[in-house]
Amino acid sequence: MAIDASGVKKVAKLARLSIDDDAVEVTAATISSILELVDSMQAVDTLGVEPLAHPLDAIQRLRPDQVTEENQREQLQGCAPAVEEGLFLVPRVIE
Amino acid sequence: MQWETVIGLEIHVQLATKTKIFSGASTAFGAAPNTQACAVDLGLPGILPVVNEEAINMAIKFGLGIDADINKVNVFERKNYFYPDLPKGYQTTQLEKPIVGAGHVDITLADGSTKSIRIHHAHLEEDAGKSLHEDFHGMSGIDLNRAGTPLIEIVTEPDLRNAEEAVAFAKKLHSIVTTLGICDGDMSQGSMRFDVNVSVRPKGQQEFGTRTETKNLNSFKFMEAAILKEVERQIDLIEDGGTVIQETRLYNGDTGEARSMRSKEEANDYRYFPCPDLLPVIIDDSRLEKLKTEMPEMPDAKKARFIADFGLSDYDAEILSADQGTANYFEATVHASDDAKLSANWIMGELSRSLNQNSIAISASPVTADMLGGLIKRIKDNTISGKIAKEVFEVLWQGECSTADAVIEKKGLKQVTDTGAIEAMIDDVLANNTQQVENYRVAEEDKRGKMIGFFVGQCMKASKGKANPGMVNQILKQKLDG
Repeated sequence: MAIDASGVKKVAKLARLSIDDDAVEVTAATISSILELVDSMQAVDTLGVEPLAHPLDAIQRLRPDQVTEENQREQLQGCAPAVEEGLFLVPRVIE
Repeated sequence: MQWETVIGLEIHVQLATKTKIFSGASTAFGAAPNTQACAVDLGLPGILPVVNEEAINMAIKFGLGIDADINKVNVFERKNYFYPDLPKGYQTTQLEKPIVGAGHVDITLADGSTKSIRIHHAHLEEDAGKSLHEDFHGMSGIDLNRAGTPLIEIVTEPDLRNAEEAVAFAKKLHSIVTTLGICDGDMSQGSMRFDVNVSVRPKGQQEFGTRTETKNLNSFKFMEAAILKEVERQIDLIEDGGTVIQETRLYNGDTGEARSMRSKEEANDYRYFPCPDLLPVIIDDSRLEKLKTEMPEMPDAKKARFIADFGLSDYDAEILSADQGTANYFEATVHASDDAKLSANWIMGELSRSLNQNSIAISASPVTADMLGGLIKRIKDNTISGKIAKEVFEVLWQGECSTADAVIEKKGLKQVTDTGAIEAMIDDVLANNTQQVENYRVAEEDKRGKMIGFFVGQCMKASKGKANPGMVNQILKQKLDG
C-alpha cells in the first residue's frame, strides 16, 4: 500500500499539521515506505491471536468515585492566551 | 405513494457519578466556568487518566437492566477530531469492545400493544466541554466543566417506525436509567440527549432509504417535532424528484426550524486507535454478581406488581411505575392511606397538577406521601368529602399545617353527618325555595332526578360543603317526596 500527495494533504489536514508544498512528495514517499513495512507484516499468520490492546500485560486499576481535584482555575488558566469571566477565549467557532 | 419511516436513536446519558470518568474533578451541575476542570480534563501534558469505578458499575447496571451481555474485556479508544471544547484533540470512547452488548427495551404504545426495540450496544465515553458563542469580542468562550463527565452512548437498531414509537422509547429509557439511579434524568440540563437517525422508504421496500441525523435533542417534545418535520421534508423532497443526502442536521426547538449542519461529503475520519494511557478494564464475575444483587426492581416488573397487588389499571400502573420518585411516593401513600385507587387518583390528579404548575419534582413535594395518605384516610372514613379534601390539600400544599387532621380541625371542615343538623338545614332551604318545591312536586317522576340537584346544591352551599352529600340526598328525597 502506498500514499500519494493528496493522501498526505488529507491526513495533514485531519491532524492539523502544516506541510510545505515542496515537502509533500518526500513525505508521501517516507510514509509509503512505512506502509510497505506494514504490508510485509500483514503476511504473518495471526489467525487465533487476540488483538493486543496494550503492550503492558496488566489490567487497568480503578479509582473510587471521590472528588480529589479542587478548583485550580487561576493556575490552570495562567498559560491561556485569553480568558474572560472564567472562560477560555478561542477564535470564534460556529458551524 | 405510501411511505414508511425508519428511525434509529443514539442517546447520550450522563452518568450520575460524583466525579469525572478519568479524573477526580467534580461533575456537579452549575459551578462557575472552569472551576471543575482539572489538568486531566484539560488534556495538559503529562497527565494520566484513571478510570472511575462507579462509571463502570453504572454502565454495567444499565446492561443488566436491558438484558444485555456485559463485555468482560473493555478497551478505550481515542476518537480524534479538533474542536475547542475538546482540548485533548480526541475523545476517549469505546469502539470495538463496548461495555454493554446487544439488549432490548420494551415499549407500550397508545393502543396498549407492546413492541421490543433492540439495542445494538452501549459504550462508555467522556463528554466534551461547552462552547459559548455570545460575543466575547468576536471570540468564543469555552467552559470545560463538562469535559470528562461520564456518558453512556446507547445505540438502537433501526426498529422504530414513527415519532410516537420514538417518544415512547425515549420515555421508557428515561424511566430505566432513573430507576437504576445511574442518571438524574434532568433533560433540561442535558442529562439525556437524543440524536435521531431518520429515513423513509416506499412501504414494502426492504432496503433502507438514505438517512439524516438530527443531533442533540434534549426534550421529548423537540424530538417528536424534529422527527415529524424531517419525515415530511424527506417525503416532499423525494416526491418532487430530489434525493435525500446523508447529512447531520440541527433542530432549533424554540423556533421549530431545522437546517443542515455539515454534509458528510468529507466523511468524518476519526482515526480511532486504542488509548495507550489506559489499560484494558476487566470486569470479573465477582463484580457482576455483586451488581446483580444491587439491581432495583425495574419499571416493567414494578408495573406488573402494581397491577397484581393494588388492582391498578394498565394505564395507571404505567404512569406510577415510570419513575422511581413517583413509584416510591405512590407506595408510601398506599402504605399511609391503605387505599391504592384513591392514592393513584390523587397522585395523578391534584398532586401532579400542583407539581407541574410549580415545576417541583415529586421527591421535593411540599405535601409528603404521609400527608397525602392522612388526607385520603379522612376521605375514606367520611370525615370530609372529596371536594373539601381539595381545600385541605391546598392548605397542606401552602405549608400552613403539617397533617390533614390539623387542617380539618383548624378550619372546621369536618363533614356534618349529624342527621338532626342536616334536617334543620334542609328545612331552611325548602322554606326559602317554596316555588321550586312546588315545581318539583308537580313534576313527572323522571324529571325529578335532575331537579333535586338544585336543592342538593343549595344545601351544600348552606353547609359550606361540609354536609355529607349522601345523607343530604337521602333526607331531601324523603322530605320532598313525602
